[in-house]
Amino acid sequence: MSHSQTELTQNPLEKIWVPWMSNRLRRRRGSSMPQFTNSPTMIVMVGLPARGKTYISKKLTRYLNWIGVPTKVYNVGQYRRDAVQTYKNFEFFSPENEDAMKIRKACALAALKDVCSYFTQDHGQVAVFDATNTTRDRRELILSFAKDNGYKVFFVESLCDDPEIIAENIKQVKLSSPDYINCDKEEAVTDFLKRINCYKLTYVPLDDEKDRHLSYIKIFNVGSRYLVNQVQDHIQSRIVYYLMNIHVTPRTIYLCRHGESELNLLGRIGGDSGLSARGIKFAPALGSYIRGQCILDLKIWTSHMRRTIQTAEAIGVPYEQWKALNEIDAGVCEEMTYKEIQDHFPEEFALRDQDKYRYRYPKGESYEDLVQRLEPVIMELERQENVLVICHQAVMRCLLAYFLDKSADELPYLKCPLHTVLKLTPVAYGCKVESIFLNVEAVNTHRDRPVIESFTTPQNKDAHCSHSSLYRSTRVQPMASPVPTRAPRLQDLGLTELSLQNVDVDRNTEDALLTVPKHN
Amino acid sequence: MSLIGEDTERCATVSPRELTRNPLKKTWVPSCRNGLPERHISERKVCMTNCPTLIVTVGLPARGKTYISKKLTRYLNWIDVPTKEFNVGQYRRECVKIYKSFEFFQPDNEEGLKIRKQCALAALNDVRQYLTDEGGQVAVFDATNTTRERRETILRFAEQNGFKVFFVESVCEDPDVIAENIVQVKLGSPDYTHCNTEEAVADFLKRIKCYENSYQTLDEELDRELSFIKIIDVGQRYLVNRVQDHIQSRIVYYLMNIHITPRSIYLCRHGESDLNVKGRIGGDSGLSGRGKEVWTSQMKRTIQTAEAVGVPYEQWKALNEIDAGVCEELMYEEIQQKYPLEFALRDQDKYRYRYPKGESYEDLVQRLEPVIMELERQENVLVICHQAVKRCLLAYFLDKTAGELPYLKCPLHTVLKLTPVAYGCKVESVCLKVDAVNTHRDRPANVNVHRSTEDALQTVPPLTSVSLFSLHLCLPSDPVVLGDEFLSVRCLLLL
Repeated sequence: MSHSQTELTQNPLEKIWVPWMSNRLRRRRGSSMPQFTNSPTMIVMVGLPARGKTYISKKLTRYLNWIGVPTKVYNVGQYRRDAVQTYKNFEFFSPENEDAMKIRKACALAALKDVCSYFTQDHGQVAVFDATNTTRDRRELILSFAKDNGYKVFFVESLCDDPEIIAENIKQVKLSSPDYINCDKEEAVTDFLKRINCYKLTYVPLDDEKDRHLSYIKIFNVGSRYLVNQVQDHIQSRIVYYLMNIHVTPRTIYLCRHGESELNLLGRIGGDSGLSARGIKFAPALGSYIRGQCILDLKIWTSHMRRTIQTAEAIGVPYEQWKALNEIDAGVCEEMTYKEIQDHFPEEFALRDQDKYRYRYPKGESYEDLVQRLEPVIMELERQENVLVICHQAVMRCLLAYFLDKSADELPYLKCPLHTVLKLTPVAYGCKVESIFLNVEAVNTHRDRPVIESFTTPQNKDAHCSHSSLYRSTRVQPMASPVPTRAPRLQDLGLTELSLQNVDVDRNTEDALLTVPKHN
Repeated sequence: MSLIGEDTERCATVSPRELTRNPLKKTWVPSCRNGLPERHISERKVCMTNCPTLIVTVGLPARGKTYISKKLTRYLNWIDVPTKEFNVGQYRRECVKIYKSFEFFQPDNEEGLKIRKQCALAALNDVRQYLTDEGGQVAVFDATNTTRERRETILRFAEQNGFKVFFVESVCEDPDVIAENIVQVKLGSPDYTHCNTEEAVADFLKRIKCYENSYQTLDEELDRELSFIKIIDVGQRYLVNRVQDHIQSRIVYYLMNIHITPRSIYLCRHGESDLNVKGRIGGDSGLSGRGKEVWTSQMKRTIQTAEAVGVPYEQWKALNEIDAGVCEELMYEEIQQKYPLEFALRDQDKYRYRYPKGESYEDLVQRLEPVIMELERQENVLVICHQAVKRCLLAYFLDKTAGELPYLKCPLHTVLKLTPVAYGCKVESVCLKVDAVNTHRDRPANVNVHRSTEDALQTVPPLTSVSLFSLHLCLPSDPVVLGDEFLSVRCLLLL
């Protein structure tokens, strides 16, 4: 009896068991996104201008990337701006303008072509095709394209006839559009309204009868009503759930960590200690700040760990405890200092520096696991309005990455210092961040990726991030939602080349502990 | 960056309450002035609504209202939202005792109408009691509720009592679906015990007709201020209006993920595998044309099992066994020796008990919820998991309470085949002919924290030197420690 076929080996980074023999069997990794579907999905927006299509496209893309589904937006308007360079006025969009119609169609086709290469070459899984797509012809074109290529199609139509909502939309995102850079406000609004009218003439919404075999969701008046038709699979079901939970009511989200803890002072990770003296000072400072914000109906959330609860107690307002907000479980490394980790588990320590997002502590968790357990928190944050989340460093990084659209690479290195509140306000297509330090000193708990000191300038600017040979990435690395028509820019990630970092398992102790912050 | 200055010193106006640790759940709770823990801490529960919710079904007979009511109730209770269904037809049967014919339901049968209205009001009264006095959070009012007038009555009732209302309407005109519905649940109804199939079907169809003329479906315009979901053609299409809060959003998500396509779910724990049989798996006759999905946890032993079965599988971290924290890899005797208090607390409330630095069954249910949601979406699935996990999943399918759940019997080498039928789930238990250790420990009689060691270990399964956890560590890839035979994989697939 041969046992080799069931010999398993544990991937040292993620601690996932895989068979010795390689991939004869189709074996997918479990994640919050079980990849039950092998075909890529095209999400196709439908709706008149100023109905929130781009808002939805970007938000949805950000969400999907965060939960680990490689997604990208293709905004056809962007292609048009690249093609036409200067926008004159609404007449470009008149259905009688044949030249313009040609250009617009060419742009749509160019975008579809890029969708194709995104799926085939870049291992994308979802592409959001952001355009009006208001005619049956245009949608037929997309459907045949998808059919020829074996892509699934899910339409998202936004219908709105509330003039106030449309006016607000125009104010928020159209006035500052590149199209209207040279216009004053009234001119811009007038022109845009005429632009909308150009589309109205030929607009055919998705039809209950004629389109009953298509998969789609119709969103009425920013979410007071939805019509959902023929949801095909898991990802579409998740998309529907997400779309039904988001809203556009102005609100603010406050993220902060617990006050400085006893273990923080000792440079030890994890654990469930209480607040230090300075942490105890911080808590009422936080309360004071929050009260000063005069927030309507503020919800306060903490984890189940003592230090966040102690912090919330000082505010004197009811709070809810979420187990999902607990700090990352460092498994066998709980309550160790970095030096102790280096002493006891040097290989683990190095592996973590090689891929901090996917690295799972032995008997513990990874950032990737964290994102999965935080997903219901994000969903509920979307539903809520004003919320203060008192949590932990790794957790806060995950939440922040969601709101600020940070990639898996950047996420574990986001700076979330103690005693500092991050105030997030949704604005236009993104999120405004304000950082408020509450003037109570605390230790720094941020550890950067260690860099070899002798290199002061990057040598090889062209080299893409190359992973150490010990670990080969078999999964697509989710990026932040890439800039639509250009490849993601490496320098935006603000990372030093991996070649300069000493993340090798055989590195010496000094190199390993180079970036450990000071502590008692 | 903006700094906050002077305020920081001044603001100790609120002196923070001391925190104490609840020894059972390991949660931190503020204590009152007298040092005792506050009775109620705000812990994240699923239902984030301050007022109770009344779910009201709407639809002609044989549209699946009771099916939906029962399933939704089961789901909500499983995720710890106290829910109860109130079937008005049941009230009618208790009132009228003997059902004669469809004529009872004719719109001009005044006597019938009176009784039916009384039954509805009686049910509403019980709803009020459940939601107001008995700690219920959701009540499902299962009746046709096909007229606007009836729904108005309910809305007024809800308003008077401070309940939120969410309508669930099922609309279906597919004669095949309706016929199947009648076969599945109407023929077996108490109303038709004395009829043969044809009579029953004929009568029931006439019964449906009685409602048709006065049926006022929920309207996008007229009812635009109401909160509802309209399910069209068993889930082909949904119309969702004005979702008010978290629980309604979860209900909508759930309803949009369930289906009625016949299928079976197989639950088993990891086991050993017959490597010799592996090669014969391929075209085994037991597999349906569609085949099945196979899911495992990320723990070695379930993956080993799946590997030996030889089909593609999906690893779910959420299916990992309950984390026993500091008690990982200990034997019962050792737990009793090292942590007698913990051991006793666990016996006192095994569902809510959380291991120090570990999890509780309650935590398990929360992390298994996405698994359940995906199981609802899927068709044939084989889930290879662990004892505590299997208990949680089983409790969902078989509607077991939190009290029963941690004591459900889930022996090794026994596969449970669950097939939805009528309003519930048929269970077939297939014991694969392999000896295995019994890992089930019943609740002992003495759960007092000061009990003797003997009392504590009273119900430990007979193989005394085998722990709950180390038995799994004994599963190497080398020949087995337990049992004499290998699990016959052929059996697994013949189900």
